[in-house]
Amino acid sequence: MNNPHHLNPTSLKSRFTTRFLRALTKIRAQKPISSSSPTEIFRRYRRIKVAADKSMAYSVRSRRIWSRAMLWKLRSRSYRRQDPCSGRRSGKTSQAIMKKSSNENTTTRREDGVGFVEEADELRQLVPGGETMNLCNLLDETAHYIKCLTTQVQVMKKIADFYSF
Amino acid sequence: MSGASNNITDDELNALILRLGTLLPQLNHGRHGRASPSTTKILKETCSYIRRLQKEVDDLSERLLQCLDSMDITSSDAEFLTNLLQQ
Repeated sequence: MNNPHHLNPTSLKSRFTTRFLRALTKIRAQKPISSSSPTEIFRRYRRIKVAADKSMAYSVRSRRIWSRAMLWKLRSRSYRRQDPCSGRRSGKTSQAIMKKSSNENTTTRREDGVGFVEEADELRQLVPGGETMNLCNLLDETAHYIKCLTTQVQVMKKIADFYSF
Repeated sequence: MSGASNNITDDELNALILRLGTLLPQLNHGRHGRASPSTTKILKETCSYIRRLQKEVDDLSERLLQCLDSMDITSSDAEFLTNLLQQ
């Protein structure tokens, strides 16, 4: 049966921990913070946050719409910094990804006849890739996304506690 | 059957909404025996929960920023931390 204390090296938690620590090591190897300007400090903060999101998205082995959407967004952002128009140009890629996820009619106006369209749309803004999901996918992806977010928070907290005393 | 159209059935919808409800700590707090929360309530609470979690990620990123320089990350740390997290 499931022994809660048994270490599962391939669990989402351990995959995320390993990846994220690796990313932090890289970020740390860059210029030390004491000699940095506020801009540099903010950039470092951004790098850490992106590393956390990226590590989680990569660790999600079961291919999920939200993780694909997040990875695509993170990748295209690094290109966009060099060329402000590249975001548009890579629209083709995003369409290919989105098409994969919504094999059905993506509008929920008809499905949502019961009157929670606003709330569903709000949710779509929060879940990566949500804008193109049909209602069924949205609810399914949301559940998984929440589980991953709580794992992410738990691990980041543990790491922060561990290294700050 | 919902095969003809793209609409999901009420049952499917309810099942998905209920599952979402079980993931929300605020919702389940002190709910003993009361009627189950409405779909709208669950969706609303889901949104605020996600926002809360995303903000926690932001705050923790800032915390890690503060202690980054003093972090001495060794190769065995990942395993050790994962062990801690299993408890």
